[in-house]
Amino acid sequence: MKKTYKIEVDCANCANKMEDAAKKTEGVKNAVVNFMTLKMSVEFEEGYEPKEVMQNVLKNCKKVEDDCEIYLK
Amino acid sequence: MTKKQKKNLTRIIISAVLMTALIFIPIENKWLKLALYMIPYLTVGYDILIKAFKGIKNLQPFDECFLMAIATVGAIAVGIWGDGDFVEAVAVMLFYQIGEWFQSYAVGKSRKNISALMDIRPDYANIENDDGELEQVDPDEVEIGTIIVVQSGEKIPIDGVIVEGESSLNTSALTGESMPRNVLAGDEVISGCINLNGLLKVRTTKEFGESTVSKILDLVENASSKKSKSENFISKFARIYTPTVVFSALVLAIIPSIFTGNWATWIYRALTFLVISCPCALVISIPLSFFAGIGGASKEGILVKGSNYLEILSKTKTVVFDKTGTLTKGVFEVTAIHPEIVDENTLLHLAAHVERYSNHPIALSLKSAYSNENDGCHVMKAENIAGQGVKALVNNNMICVGNEKMMKAVGAEIQKCPHEHSGTVIHVSRNGKYIGHIVISDVIKPTSKQALKELKKSGIKKTVMLTGDSKKVADKVAGELNIDEVHSELLPEGKVNEVEKILSEKSGVTAFVGDGINDAPVLSRADIGIAMGAMGSDAAIEAADVVLMDDDPIKIAKAIKISRKCMRIVNENIWFSIGVKIACLILGALGIANMWIAIFADVGVMVIAVLNAIRALFVKKL
Repeated sequence: MKKTYKIEVDCANCANKMEDAAKKTEGVKNAVVNFMTLKMSVEFEEGYEPKEVMQNVLKNCKKVEDDCEIYLK
Repeated sequence: MTKKQKKNLTRIIISAVLMTALIFIPIENKWLKLALYMIPYLTVGYDILIKAFKGIKNLQPFDECFLMAIATVGAIAVGIWGDGDFVEAVAVMLFYQIGEWFQSYAVGKSRKNISALMDIRPDYANIENDDGELEQVDPDEVEIGTIIVVQSGEKIPIDGVIVEGESSLNTSALTGESMPRNVLAGDEVISGCINLNGLLKVRTTKEFGESTVSKILDLVENASSKKSKSENFISKFARIYTPTVVFSALVLAIIPSIFTGNWATWIYRALTFLVISCPCALVISIPLSFFAGIGGASKEGILVKGSNYLEILSKTKTVVFDKTGTLTKGVFEVTAIHPEIVDENTLLHLAAHVERYSNHPIALSLKSAYSNENDGCHVMKAENIAGQGVKALVNNNMICVGNEKMMKAVGAEIQKCPHEHSGTVIHVSRNGKYIGHIVISDVIKPTSKQALKELKKSGIKKTVMLTGDSKKVADKVAGELNIDEVHSELLPEGKVNEVEKILSEKSGVTAFVGDGINDAPVLSRADIGIAMGAMGSDAAIEAADVVLMDDDPIKIAKAIKISRKCMRIVNENIWFSIGVKIACLILGALGIANMWIAIFADVGVMVIAVLNAIRALFVKKL
C-alpha cells in the first residue's frame, strides 16, 4: 500500500534526513520525500497499519529534524 | 512571504543593525563587550542554539544547527581568551541565517511560480439546477453523463462531449500552442482548456479524477519524486560530506596543536571547517533545478514524468520514430488528381458524390478535398462493393470509384499513369469509361523536416523510422526527411524487435517516439518513450516517460534541448558548489581563509546555485 502525506520542512538536506528516517522505520517498505512539492510518499509493508506506522515515522523524523511536520490526515 | 520568513527577516535586520552599531562603539571592558554582543547573537541565533541542544539530546552529532552552534560558541571562546573580538561569531550566525532565509524564500517563491505555471486545476463546475439557474459545484461531485455549462472565460472542468454551442478553445495551458481550437456540438473536449467565447453545454464522459486535467496534474506533481542519479549522488555525498568535514576539523584541532603547541590557531581553523560543513547549498540546488526544468517543460506542453527521465533524455543518442501519426499526419489527404477526358474539378466532384454516404477514411479524404459536396446533384443507388470500391448514379451517370479490380469489373480500361505514386490510387469511371484517378496519401507534417534537422543539429547521432507501411511509402518519407535508417512493413511486435536490436548495439540512449495509440509496448521497451498528440489518450500517458501534449514533432527536439539545459545547470551546480567548498576547506586549513570568508563563500555559493537552478525554468527560446 502506498500513501502520500503533506509535510513541512525548511531545508533540502533536512528533507533527505527525513526520507532516511522514514525508510528505517519498521513497517515502511520505501519512502520518498519530495522537497519541492513538500510531499512524502510512503510504501508500507504488508500486515502493518499505516496509521500506527506513520506515528513512528513522525517520531523518527522529529528526532533527526526537530522542525518538521507530517500532516497525518 | 510566510509568517516565519517575515519574523526571521526582522530578526536578521535587528541583529545586523545592532552588530554594526557595536562595531563603532569602543568598549574597553571585555566582559561588558561580550554581554553587549550577546544581544545580536542571541537575537539571530537563539533557535539554532535550541535546535542544537535538541540535536544533542537526540544523538544527532552531525546536525547543522549543532555544528553551527559549536563554531560560533567556539569563536566566542577564542575571543574571550584571545583578542576580544566577538564580531566574527555574531557575523557567522547572522550570515548563516541570511542564507537559510534566502533559501527558504527562493524555494518558496519558485515553488509558487512553478505551481502557477501548472495552474490548470478547475475550481468548480457549473450545473443548471431545476429552476434553470447555474449552480457552482465541486468538480469532484459531478457524475458521468451530467450536463455541465461552461461560460466564456471559464476552464472546462471535466472531459466530455459538447451537446450544445460552439466556441474556440484556448489549449495553451495543456499544449503550449497559442492558436485557439474551434469546436462544435458533437466534438470531444478535454478539461483544462479555456472556453474563449460562446456558451458550451458539455455532457461529461469521465469523472473529475479520471479527466485529463487531473491526470496531468498528478503526473507533474509527482514527477520530481522520481529521483535522478544526480539527486541520489548529491544526497549520498551530503551524507558523507558532513561527517568527513567534522572529523577533519577534529583532527585539525588536535594533531597540529600537539606538535606546535599553538592551540588557539588550530582550533580556530577547525571551527572554520565547521562553518563550511553544512551541505545545504549542494542539496537544495539539484532538486530545484529539476523542478524548474520539469515546470518549464510542462509550460511548453512537454510533460516529463520524472527527474530521472529528464536526465536520461539529455543523453539521447538515437531517436526512433514511428511513421504514421508521428512524422506524418496519419490522415489521408488527396495529393494528386490525374484526370483523363474530364477536368480535375469534375473528377473530384464525381468521386466525392459517390462517397457521400460512406465513412471509410478514403471517402472522408475525398469529401474533405471537395469542400462543397452537398450541392444540387442527384446521387442515387450508392452501393458498396467489398474489396473493390463504391458505385452510384450521379445525375443518371453510373460512376464507379475503386481499385483496379473494380475498373476491370466494369470494363473500364485503365490508362497507365506516367507518374510514380507512393499513396493509394483510386480509379474513377463514368458509364464504364475510364475518366482518371486520384491519389491519396498520408502527408508529412509540415514541421517534421525541421524537427529532424534540429535533432541532428543538437547532436543526435542516428535517426530511425519504423513503420507497418509499405517499403515504397516508407522510403519516400524517409528520403524526404533525411532519416538514416528505415524498417518498413513491420508488425507491432516487429517494432519491438527492431528497438531491441538498436538497444543491443549499446550505442547510447535510445528514445522512441510514437503516437501512443498502438505503440505502448515499444514505448515502454525503449530507454525513454516519448508519446505525442496525447491530449485525451490515457494509454499514451501511462506508457510513455515523456508526453508531448500536441502532435508537433518539433517538440521532440525541444524536449531534448530542455533536458540538456537542465542537466547542464545541474552539473554546473554540483561542481561549482563542491569546488568552492573544497577550496574553502583547503584555504581554511592553511589559515588563509578565516571564518568570514568561509561563511561568505558558503552563503554565496548557495545563492548563486539557487539562482542558477531557477534558470532551468526559462525554456521558451530553446
